[in-house]
Amino acid sequence: MFAAAALALLVAVALAIVRAVRGPTVFDRVQAGNTIGTIAMMLMAVMGFLAGRPEFLDLAIVYGLLNLVGTIAVLKFFRRGDLGAPADGET
Amino acid sequence: MTVGAQLVVDVASWALLLAGGFFSVVGALGLLRLPDFFTRMHGASVTDTLGAGLILLGLVLQAGLTLVAVKLLFLAIFIFFASPAATHALVKAALARGVKPQLAPEDPTSKP
Amino acid sequence: MVVVAAFVLQFVFWLLLSGVFTPFLVAAGAGSAIAVVWFARRMDMVDVESFPLVMWRTTFHYWPWLLKEICKSGWTVTRIVLDPKLPVSPTLVRFRPLQRTPVGLVTHANSITLTPGTITIEATPEEFLVHGLTRDGAHGCVDSEMDRRVAALEGAP
Repeated sequence: MFAAAALALLVAVALAIVRAVRGPTVFDRVQAGNTIGTIAMMLMAVMGFLAGRPEFLDLAIVYGLLNLVGTIAVLKFFRRGDLGAPADGET
Repeated sequence: MTVGAQLVVDVASWALLLAGGFFSVVGALGLLRLPDFFTRMHGASVTDTLGAGLILLGLVLQAGLTLVAVKLLFLAIFIFFASPAATHALVKAALARGVKPQLAPEDPTSKP
Repeated sequence: MVVVAAFVLQFVFWLLLSGVFTPFLVAAGAGSAIAVVWFARRMDMVDVESFPLVMWRTTFHYWPWLLKEICKSGWTVTRIVLDPKLPVSPTLVRFRPLQRTPVGLVTHANSITLTPGTITIEATPEEFLVHGLTRDGAHGCVDSEMDRRVAALEGAP
């Protein structure tokens, strides 16, 4: 049953990756990346149980903390910094 | 724990895991299907709250009264505090950079 | 009081991640927690806003209600996403929240964002700007039960 949950999470990651590739704005991609991060965190927890190694949870916790910090760091960069993108947020 | 009680806990946690997986897929599907950036955030919000909450609850039932269960609960509480912060930062950054939300046409109170 | 709470939180987090209770590791955890709290104090980061102790007593009958609301609106959003016609009517609403303290405002704004279907875009004491997936959902945030409940939470001394 863990395998079924892991499979569902993998399908969700695939859908989110399609959105990350299609864009169209950079914020769509950041949002998709954040969602992939949340799902990956749950996937790590489920995989830990699937493999009978609950130590994976520590990785999941650290991944979750990094996911939040990473998302907000990227956002700050796109809000303040300029990569030569036009002002309407198109990449 | 008796065999019967163990069976009840197992069935409950399987149901929670399946429901969590279902809502995760629905959230990602919303991320894909909904028409513009601001509405897509609502889809992702389903994954972050219902999907994550149900899956972690299902795992807590499997873990029983151990340190693993406490870690899972910490993870769930952390998601519930972090996800609105990230969402809010995203929407505010997008609005500041001029991404306009599509609004329903015949609404008198809307002003972007 | 707030300093003690900060220390306890750091220490519990150490114990949670370590899971090994030998005297040396527990002492090292306590030392690290003291060091972190000391640094945080020097950075003026230990205050009521980061550790809202006031909310803790009243939190336990707000959270179950919030979870119920999340399940209800999550199901609504699920039905919209799975509907082939995709019946969305995105709407922005502005309204004035009842809360007066920063902690209350943040609790209210985060609760709105946590419920699927509504997102707080701007949160100031004068005005909330909320984006809703459907018109009904967005207008449901104005003068809502959530608003009154959070205001009641912060009203407790």
